[in-house]
Amino acid sequence: MNAIEIDKLNVWFDTDDHRVDAVTAATLAVPLGGSFGLVGESGSGKSTILRALTGLVSTWNGSMRVNGDTLGKKRNQHFYRSLQMVFQDPYASLHPRHSVDHVLSETLKLHRFDNIDSRIVDLLNDVGLSPRYRFRYPHQLSGGQRQRVAIARALAPEPKILLLDEPTSALDVSVQAEILNLLTDLREEHQLTFLMVSHNLAVVGHLCSDIAVMQHGEIVETMTVEAMRTLQATHPYTQALLQSSLGYVRE
Amino acid sequence: MTEITTSSIGWRAWLSTDTPSSRRQARLGSYYQGWLEFKSNRLAMIGLCILLLLLFTAAFAPWLAPHDPFVQNLGNRLTPMGTEGHLLGTDSLGRDLLSRIIYGSRITLYIVGLVALIAPVVGLLVGTVAGYVGGWADVVLMRITDIFLAFPRLVLALAFVAALGAGIENAILAISLTAWPPYARIARAETLSIRNSDFIAAVKLQGAGAARIITRHVWPLCITSLIVRITLDMAGIILAAAGLGFLGLGARPPSPEWGAMIAEGRKFILDFWWVATVPGIAIFMVSLAFNLVGDGLRDVLDPKTGGDS
Amino acid sequence: MTKLLEVADLFVRFPTRNGIFEAVRGVSFSLGQERLGIVGESGSGKSMTGRAILRLIRPPGKVTATRMELEGEDLQSRTERQMRRVRGQRISMVMQDPKFSLNPVMTVGEQIMEAYSLHANAGRAETRRKTIEMLEAVSIRDSERVLKAYPHELSGGMGQRVMIAMMLIPEPQILIADEPTSALDVSVQTQVLHIMDRLVTQRGMGLIFISHDLNLVSSFCDRVLIMYAGQVVETCKADELHQATHPYTRGLLESLPRLDKPQKRLAVLKRDPAWLKDISVGG
Repeated sequence: MNAIEIDKLNVWFDTDDHRVDAVTAATLAVPLGGSFGLVGESGSGKSTILRALTGLVSTWNGSMRVNGDTLGKKRNQHFYRSLQMVFQDPYASLHPRHSVDHVLSETLKLHRFDNIDSRIVDLLNDVGLSPRYRFRYPHQLSGGQRQRVAIARALAPEPKILLLDEPTSALDVSVQAEILNLLTDLREEHQLTFLMVSHNLAVVGHLCSDIAVMQHGEIVETMTVEAMRTLQATHPYTQALLQSSLGYVRE
Repeated sequence: MTEITTSSIGWRAWLSTDTPSSRRQARLGSYYQGWLEFKSNRLAMIGLCILLLLLFTAAFAPWLAPHDPFVQNLGNRLTPMGTEGHLLGTDSLGRDLLSRIIYGSRITLYIVGLVALIAPVVGLLVGTVAGYVGGWADVVLMRITDIFLAFPRLVLALAFVAALGAGIENAILAISLTAWPPYARIARAETLSIRNSDFIAAVKLQGAGAARIITRHVWPLCITSLIVRITLDMAGIILAAAGLGFLGLGARPPSPEWGAMIAEGRKFILDFWWVATVPGIAIFMVSLAFNLVGDGLRDVLDPKTGGDS
Repeated sequence: MTKLLEVADLFVRFPTRNGIFEAVRGVSFSLGQERLGIVGESGSGKSMTGRAILRLIRPPGKVTATRMELEGEDLQSRTERQMRRVRGQRISMVMQDPKFSLNPVMTVGEQIMEAYSLHANAGRAETRRKTIEMLEAVSIRDSERVLKAYPHELSGGMGQRVMIAMMLIPEPQILIADEPTSALDVSVQTQVLHIMDRLVTQRGMGLIFISHDLNLVSSFCDRVLIMYAGQVVETCKADELHQATHPYTRGLLESLPRLDKPQKRLAVLKRDPAWLKDISVGG
């Protein structure tokens, strides 16, 4: 069974006078325990697919299945226990007036867990945050620490599938390495399935085993990371992306 | 002596630690940081002192006032400032001005306190629901807001007086009914900008409903701009009450409401200027104090200017 | 190679409630007609260095240097009025996001023409001709349409090219580019970099390229300065960056994920407090 199956998904946004098609006929499948990367530039529609999956966007048609269950326009608590998302900007994904403890305890309360206290301690441990940071506010944490809190929040309901929206783009290079290692460790420990969105090919190549390349809302190519490493891209856009990831080349 | 100093260093350190070990410590610590920042603003502190003086005066009026504010002494009317026994002089009925000012501070606080409770709360409710829920609720609530915004305060007060009779409670009602719309607009604007944030999306993904999101996530972020706005509005509220008192629509005589006192003293302003001026200065000082405190609070609370407690 | 810019012992200090914060501590380097890259993470002081050269740091920030010379002339002792003649005309700056650095209520044409007329005494027709020439130099073909457009009507890449046109029209000797391509899509990045490359070589300009992207800087620039905590910790030729010796640089290089060298775990940079105490290396 696949963790995620998307078939001919179309997502659009209605503005005042016209419709903007953000995603057109997207089809992909992520096996259970797999790690899939969606690569593309801003406006390619990659983050929109994640938002449609999580129910944050409801103007779509096509078919989406998570753990075999077909998704409708609304989501329920059972869904939120199986799939969670880590957002891109650690500065925007934490409420400025809520401490780390508040964020985690609220999440646990919403999912009706008990022994909230000990769970919080375990979660902080899992993401490598010292308990000293438990009662701090976001403005007292660094970017990397905030992202760890965001990951802890996503892991609190014990989901098996994690959607990652550019998890390290807003972080410094040295912090990125820590967070990528953390994600690798967590995936192994909890047998998670990853669907990750990024514009950085090297990051995707590090964490994922398969990738789909998106341009202007369409998936133009799907391949394994191994193929990508050996520069076996067929679509010209993918080739262009691979070329620029190697650095600048003088004319 | 050493014990006192070590314990005072103790609580200061406890509040400024950057590794708080409980929710209470973290929250108190952030209030403390805010207080330190506020304290460094000299003008704001002056404003705060004046407000504290106002509170003190209102609380201890019976002990502070040298005379009964209602006792008339027609033989002693319109005595100038500095007369023996009457530091600020007497009004047209011989009543001691200083005592009336002191007792009038209670009325001022009563008006300001009630309006500050009613208007922002109503505005917050209307604005956040309109902003978050959107659609029809937004349209209906905002049009209602526009209707109330269109009423000039004094006209509405006149209508109330015509219907219900003059009095301070009616004045407060009239002022509150015209004061809440700006808060609704502020709250709605804040809600609209917060609504699409990632942290709201994140809590939705945990299954939070609209009620929880509005009360626990949107309100804490709106409250700071509302608090700042209230303190800046206080000046206007006091003046509105004074204006209504001046027109005879607010506190009824012989109540020592400052606005009414100015009205009474208007007839004598050329020869006995202090009767109207002294309450005017009191109004000015309290309004100024609220403005200064509001400015100081904004510097501390507004995340855009760096303060984040 | 003539030295366009000489900077020695540059310090940028800000007073805070908890003491003086030094954003830049003793940075020294010289710039010729070459591409100099300044690489660092956030908080390293790289952007502050660029702003300090143009004297864009306002009080209470304080800038001091034992030497800050443009072609031998001291920059520090100039008055604000004199600095305005330097900015744009002799040293120009391109910043990260054109959305935030272009005036949203003026058309593109007006802005570029204003940039030109501030430093040249030319009539309107001449200014317009120069503007169109500049737009073509940055590969904007339908210049008539772009002249009348407002910044929000342009794509990111086009906006950045307009920014470059605006900054280069007065023909400065030095261009400081602060993360000029970070907000751009990868395909557009290459195009903008080509334009900058070509203009710099053709006009004999000096370029200071500030970025956090090690790979980009090492492939685009001639020389690289690596900054950490306000200091320059290492300087080397761009193509020798991968043989860098300072532990911070090595740590940064090794913590980058590489498409061609898969690893299960990335080496994490261990910050050594001793690096904060080292004296800044000159470049």
